[in-house]
Amino acid sequence: MAGVEQQSSLPQAEAAISLDALRRFDAAFRTGAGIFSIVAVLVAWEIFARSGKVTAFMLPPFSVVLERIYTDAVVGDLWRNLGLTVYRAMAGFVIAAVGGIALGALMSRSRIVRWFFDPLISVGFPMPKIAFLPIIILWFGLYDFSKISIVVFDAIFPVVTATLAGIASVEKELIWSARNMGAGEREMMWQIVLPAALPQILTGLQVALPIALIVAIVAEMQMGGYGLGGAMMTASRFANSAGVFAGIVEIAIVGYGLIKAMAVMRRRLLVWHQETSERS
Amino acid sequence: MQAVVQTAVRYLPIALLALAWEVVARLNIVDTLALPPLDKVAVAWVDLIRDGELLDNGVASIYRGFAGLLLAVIVGGGLGVVMARSRLFDMFVNPLVELFYPLPKSALIPVTVLWLGFGDGSKILLIFLGCMIPVTIGAYNGARGADHALVWSARSMGAGRLRLIWDVVMPSALPELLNGVRTALALAFILLVSSELIVSQRGFGYLIGYLGSSGAYEGMYAVVLTVAFLGFAADRFYQSVMQWLLRWRE
Repeated sequence: MAGVEQQSSLPQAEAAISLDALRRFDAAFRTGAGIFSIVAVLVAWEIFARSGKVTAFMLPPFSVVLERIYTDAVVGDLWRNLGLTVYRAMAGFVIAAVGGIALGALMSRSRIVRWFFDPLISVGFPMPKIAFLPIIILWFGLYDFSKISIVVFDAIFPVVTATLAGIASVEKELIWSARNMGAGEREMMWQIVLPAALPQILTGLQVALPIALIVAIVAEMQMGGYGLGGAMMTASRFANSAGVFAGIVEIAIVGYGLIKAMAVMRRRLLVWHQETSERS
Repeated sequence: MQAVVQTAVRYLPIALLALAWEVVARLNIVDTLALPPLDKVAVAWVDLIRDGELLDNGVASIYRGFAGLLLAVIVGGGLGVVMARSRLFDMFVNPLVELFYPLPKSALIPVTVLWLGFGDGSKILLIFLGCMIPVTIGAYNGARGADHALVWSARSMGAGRLRLIWDVVMPSALPELLNGVRTALALAFILLVSSELIVSQRGFGYLIGYLGSSGAYEGMYAVVLTVAFLGFAADRFYQSVMQWLLRWRE
């Protein structure tokens, strides 16, 4: 498109302006279309639920679900459950992030550490680790410690593999020149290797974050108690489908918020990197 | 010979870990209930195979996983390609995909049960919904990355819309599509086991929960390790299929 536009007989500046306006119009149209389809789905949900074709048990109207969320928020249950779920998922995620980056960095520097962990990581990564949940419950009981443990266990693998791959692909010239200029081992790691590997490490974290959320919610569903997952299970046992759908909407908002926050963090941390300026 | 030694050295840490497990359990360093010795786990595994429980539940789980994943690949792949080829469709559907993408899919477990009950249907629906998004995104990115010059030349040579998608867009979308399916495969295992652990009357997850709550911990370990191994084996098998499918690439 851009190439064709530039070859037209219009003066360059004018062409640029019209192209800019066109882009802005396109972006506005896109946003409009996005809002339109989300609203359309919600309206269709409301109409379909009220049409009498399905029972309120199968699909409560969206307005009823909103009302339920509002009541939970006023009573305070929402904030307690939300806080606990976010705390468990994020505590596990942060431990997995720090531990995973540290392990990946160690593996890239020490041959023995690498020899020991490499098969464990490559075999463990594709395993459905959620199957170990009953064993973790057996060991650590039903409290936060086991919920956070299973989150760490599940979320650490993508971080380690991304860190390893990121460090392995750091340009040799960078390392050579830093060494030439007299950088020590520690400076090398913190100032050269880790920053250069950061884009890939962040990609690993972006894979790990949704896993942490999924696992935290499954653990809460399995073990019961407070938290969004536990609240949904309770609602489902009492055949309270408004409660179940309220849980989905709440969890969807939390997931959306956290993942968007992660994307913003990526852009902030990689301001210096060419990937940030490539995206217009 | 050298290759055998290399493989042995490479996987030695796993053997060491198994050995450490056995020693810790034998010396009663931890409660044998919490960590039964590996040989007892092996005996329990043979018993579970013999009375058919492992196979029965395994067949149920594999059927659910396969059906859900197959539906996700067909529908998700189609959706992704259509989104990439039609701007208007993309504009209206992409926001919905973006909204649904960050939803932790385990949140859907209670709803699928509400709709379809405790049996196969609810698990297949859950896996279908959960796995569709990574496949869609893979197909979408892959199809959008199709070389414009190839598309234009195929069109100028008189290829119709369907033929263009099948012969030009699909092959160039294949690598990313297949990567999306790999993510979906891992997700299918996670969703399958979680939903069976939480609400089910058959399947691997149900068997793990049942054995655990009746105190048969050796059996529980045996099933957990079986599921973990299957997940690993499925991924390795899929990787070799992927390589075979992409053998035409340099």
